Amino acid sequence: MSTSDSETAEVLLSLRGISKSFGQVQALTDVSLDVPEGKVTALIGDNGSGKSTLIKTIAGLWSPDSGEIHWRDKRVHISTPRDAEELGIKTIYQDLALCDNLDIVGNMFLGHEEMTYKLLDEGKMEGTALKVLEQLQVVTVKSVRQLAESLSGGQRQSVAVAKAVMTNARLVIMDEPTAALGVVQTRVVLELVKRLSSSGVAVLMISHNLNDVFAVADRIAVMYLGRLVVSGPASGFNRQNAVEYMTTGTAAQTVDVA
Amino acid sequence: MSTQNIPPAQDTPPAAVDEDAQGTADDEELVATAPATLATGVGDYFGAIRLRIKNGEAGSLPVIIGVVVIAIFFQIERSEFLTAGNLVNLLVQASIFVVFGVAETFALLLSEIDLSLGYGAGVGAFVMAELIASPVNLPWWLGIIGGLVTMAILGTAQGLLIARLRLPSFVVTLGGQLAFLGLMQEIANADKTAVGGTIQLDSNTPVYKLVSSSMSTSLAWILLVVCIVWIVFNTVRKNRSRRSHGLTAPPIAVALVPVILAAIVGVVLVLICNANRGTLTVLRGMPWVIPFVLLIVAVYSWFMAHSRTGRYIYAVGNNPEAARRAGINVKWIVTFGFIMANVTAGFAGLIYMSNQGSMSIDINGGQYVLFAVAAAVIGGASLFGGRGKISNSLLGGLVIAVVYNGLGLMGVSAPIQDMVTAAVLIVAVSLDAIVRARRTAH
Repeated sequence: MSTSDSETAEVLLSLRGISKSFGQVQALTDVSLDVPEGKVTALIGDNGSGKSTLIKTIAGLWSPDSGEIHWRDKRVHISTPRDAEELGIKTIYQDLALCDNLDIVGNMFLGHEEMTYKLLDEGKMEGTALKVLEQLQVVTVKSVRQLAESLSGGQRQSVAVAKAVMTNARLVIMDEPTAALGVVQTRVVLELVKRLSSSGVAVLMISHNLNDVFAVADRIAVMYLGRLVVSGPASGFNRQNAVEYMTTGTAAQTVDVA
Repeated sequence: MSTQNIPPAQDTPPAAVDEDAQGTADDEELVATAPATLATGVGDYFGAIRLRIKNGEAGSLPVIIGVVVIAIFFQIERSEFLTAGNLVNLLVQASIFVVFGVAETFALLLSEIDLSLGYGAGVGAFVMAELIASPVNLPWWLGIIGGLVTMAILGTAQGLLIARLRLPSFVVTLGGQLAFLGLMQEIANADKTAVGGTIQLDSNTPVYKLVSSSMSTSLAWILLVVCIVWIVFNTVRKNRSRRSHGLTAPPIAVALVPVILAAIVGVVLVLICNANRGTLTVLRGMPWVIPFVLLIVAVYSWFMAHSRTGRYIYAVGNNPEAARRAGINVKWIVTFGFIMANVTAGFAGLIYMSNQGSMSIDINGGQYVLFAVAAAVIGGASLFGGRGKISNSLLGGLVIAVVYNGLGLMGVSAPIQDMVTAAVLIVAVSLDAIVRARRTAH
């Protein structure tokens, strides 16, 4: 976990006053959040707090009703998933979107295969896949030719992250990355998250698990009933006030907002 | 800290020193990886195969053993089973089932099913026959293309209904089956020369000669040698190319094992076909339909392995949502799959017609589509999508042909033949399910 000031990191994504409603339901109200480069920002909140809605707004699944989104200080409109991808935003949903019957190389390159003379260039893809996994220091995988179905939960998560990294993502959004994982695999994924952020990628991570959050987050943002009630360096939070913010929207021991 | 797992038998690999779960996960990974990828020697390769068999990844082995057992049984019952004449007959029968199986495989891989292939093949064959007969009198190859284009249109129509309107393929193709039966009968009605719904083939046309005429004995050997040399050359080249790019590659000996096995099968095939199977006169040579079918299987297999579309068919069959998110045009892939299934059924119709020497509306399309599914599934394709290879149908079609041929020799009545074939299908699928259950029991 980085101990340097969050302010010195460049703000990659900036949300200003984002609101979104679905019919009668006000899902997001006036949400403002800065996501800096090279840092892990954890988005926490109880069920129904609006975390998923916010993520999907950033990912381009729908447009906000009001508010602005800035990417590197420039105003942008993200109305489709393609727009988000073009900016460099890659979302890893909870279901990971892997094909069990393809091997790791096939999954990593799905949709953007390397071709030579209109044929799949297996050699090139395998080489690139090995390099990416090496960069991310994923060592538990025996062969990139393994089928995805034989991988453990942590390995699958690693492949999904590798897939995101390969498309030169600048912001990787992870929705509950450790939700279904055991102790060892959780450790693997959290290591991966740290390595990812130290390579300059901004990571926005939704998590229910405060242990995981305090293990990797540089910044924490708490949502409560559709509002972002507080965000600041992780050092300003502890379990108690984090839970208080999540469940009541305020805390006795407030956080130094930065 | 943690205890070392004691390997239960000497061919399981030593488990990781860490948790039990890690050990089992290692096993799963080893089992799920192709033996050639991690093997460092021929002994290693066969050891890896044994491990996979123990863990439920036996592949086609149970079916191959089954065929051998059934063949031995039939040979004992009727010693004329293993004669050249009977075997060539069997292979020709098998080729129809194989091509039907290949056609159905496209639909099965997509997690769909095409129940129209039986009468679809009938429509394709009738169109071909009508185009090359008077009054149209097109050259034989143009007639075949015409039939295949018709099948492509039928496949597009069904595919669009399934992909765009999201109608269940079971229902759409069931309707297709009925519609094609009617269409076939209408074509036969429209042709006044087709007496009793049958159109005769001119015995000089290649369409007729596909089954009845054979290549010379020396040509079969030449083709076999050329194929083997080509495959060996390619295998070695790919192996060297991988090493030169810094990727892991199995030792050449290991990479050549499947090639050697295939070569042995090829030699046996040529020997059978080149033996004299005539009764009154000498009759030798491989019927043209056999290399025809092998060529279809080879081209399709190559396409599925080396093209983007082939890869996407597998992806869509397993996880259409993942494919969609990856930017793949899922609707087009599904439509394409049905086009391929129907066009391939056209080839099956061609072989059927050639075997009969004529095309008739009494083709049992309902039964053939069931054989299509059976050949694919017995060969190893999954009904649930995403699993199986085009080449699976070679084995599946062979099994069905062996059963029918043997029972026919034994003089078993047609109804009993059908029941036995059904039993074989059930046994094959059950065996597969039981063997696979060992895998998921971890």
